[in-house]
Amino acid sequence: MLKAVIPPHGPHRVDHLLIAEMVEAGARVLDVGCGDGELLQLLAETKATDGRGVELSRDRVNACVTRGLSVIQGDADRDLDDYPDQAFDYAILSLTIQATRHPKTVLENLLRIGRYAIVSFPNFGHWRIRMELLLTGRMPQTQNLPEAWYASPDAHLCTIKDFADLVGLVDAQVEAAVAFNTSGRRLPIRHSISLQNLFGEKAVFLLRKRHGS
Amino acid sequence: MNTAPVKSFDNTTNARLAEANTPSSKVLHLPESEPLRLACDQVLGPIAIAYETYGALNADKSNAVLICHALTMDQYVASEHPVTKKPGWWEAMVGPGKPIDTDRFFVICPNILGGCMGSTGPASIDPKTGKPYGLNFPVITIGDMVHAQVRLIDHLGIDQIFCVIGGSMGGMQVLEWASSHTDRVFCAVPVATAAWHSSQNIAFHEVGRQAVMADPDWCGGDYHSHGKVPKNGLAVARMAAHITYLSEDALHQKFGRSLQEHSKLTFSFNADFQVESYLRHQGSTFVDRFDANSYLYITRAMDYFDLGAEHGDVLANAFRGTKTRYCVVSFTSDWLYPTRESREIVQALNAVAANVSFVEIETNDGHDSFLLEEPEFFATIRGFLNAAGVKRGLKV
Repeated sequence: MLKAVIPPHGPHRVDHLLIAEMVEAGARVLDVGCGDGELLQLLAETKATDGRGVELSRDRVNACVTRGLSVIQGDADRDLDDYPDQAFDYAILSLTIQATRHPKTVLENLLRIGRYAIVSFPNFGHWRIRMELLLTGRMPQTQNLPEAWYASPDAHLCTIKDFADLVGLVDAQVEAAVAFNTSGRRLPIRHSISLQNLFGEKAVFLLRKRHGS
Repeated sequence: MNTAPVKSFDNTTNARLAEANTPSSKVLHLPESEPLRLACDQVLGPIAIAYETYGALNADKSNAVLICHALTMDQYVASEHPVTKKPGWWEAMVGPGKPIDTDRFFVICPNILGGCMGSTGPASIDPKTGKPYGLNFPVITIGDMVHAQVRLIDHLGIDQIFCVIGGSMGGMQVLEWASSHTDRVFCAVPVATAAWHSSQNIAFHEVGRQAVMADPDWCGGDYHSHGKVPKNGLAVARMAAHITYLSEDALHQKFGRSLQEHSKLTFSFNADFQVESYLRHQGSTFVDRFDANSYLYITRAMDYFDLGAEHGDVLANAFRGTKTRYCVVSFTSDWLYPTRESREIVQALNAVAANVSFVEIETNDGHDSFLLEEPEFFATIRGFLNAAGVKRGLKV
């Protein structure tokens, strides 16, 4: 069961804890953009998963392998084509899709490689971002999106509504979706997508390919 | 079966030829009744496999690490070389408390088939003639080398090797092991290597072989009978090859255009430049410890290596159904086996959903980086082996 509130100051990122709750124990997991391997480690410790990672930064890859994680240096845009269909139970992309060159192709690949895809992303529809753009007339810089527009790796920012549209476009269905804010507070499930889009700073979607497609 | 030392050989050559037939290390002798069927369809036997071990095999024989050596290395991975008296070629990596920890692992390093430090090769005495095989030795492949190693592992009573690791040609053997014996390899670490030998690498090898064969002392491969050694040819081969093991940056930083001894150009063909003197030294020390015909055969085996071609031109097929855990390692400055060739191996392993890690280590030292104490490389190997050891249930 999803808990209502997640400890905000724990050692783990909120979206990681949410993802860990979505993953079945013992699953085969591919974490695309796995960073320092925090999520892979969390999943291995709490869900005894068989995990693999892909990470762009060479230093981070080496740190992961040194920690005993199975990680390769690679790129979500380029290297996902190599993986066979349904090779994993879950293909995960945490806070990375906005930094890919071709988010739609990446999402299609995730849904092809994994029985489930789990995607978390910063929500550009959050009220603070809307306010900042409205009031300053400049690209918002928030705690979630700290870089200036020219320095940001985020080439394809989207809102929760935008992402939901993409899910339909790639013929996937939403198994679960959770929006939350940086303090870790989860928005009530009963909230409409418009409210989630207004008050959620980040979101995690559990997706799978529609049957018969 | 000992070589009768020919009078005209110097002491170093005699010592080397003695090692080729009666090595200082352990040796497994396979009788003529247990020959190797080679890729060229010939049968080779009896054969000797010289090997060295370090550490102790545990009760359930689950802690064996097989180290596959590169072109001109040998079984003396972590102990003194009997001819050169130099320390083992990978002592920084292998030993008590080192990344390949001999307090935990039972390390086995065989001299390859075709080598010249005690395993059967062209410098060994052919029992049929009582003379060194020379060019009567069959052309062997990386697969043949691995077949010989399989016999050794069988002999040691080991069902599954914990880890097969090696750089360069050693990495080719690692890939061959993992491809053809995945059940017997818990984890595999191919370093600075490729699944097929590139055209450029074949070209460099051909230069080396032609240098050997152009030396009149090579005597059509029968130099031992003539009491000669094609030292000049082999030294040139080594000099050319040595350049490919380094990088332009490393050479420039080490030598630049610095002059030797005299501070002025001598207007001659003496070794004015330090880099010339360095290469000459590399060449002349190499011929003291290596057999020229062995060099021809081993470079040929590398040229023939193409794991994908053996599997319908689809490299992934070489690993289909693999249960082995892999850690592929490349180095940024290695232009002999560049990172993209390691990446091809990774792509093939991903295509069969293998358990694979891949790291590229930033270095300046070219292909030879894998022999040096690169902290990031060592940390990777240590971390990977520790994690794999936990999975295998080895004591930490």
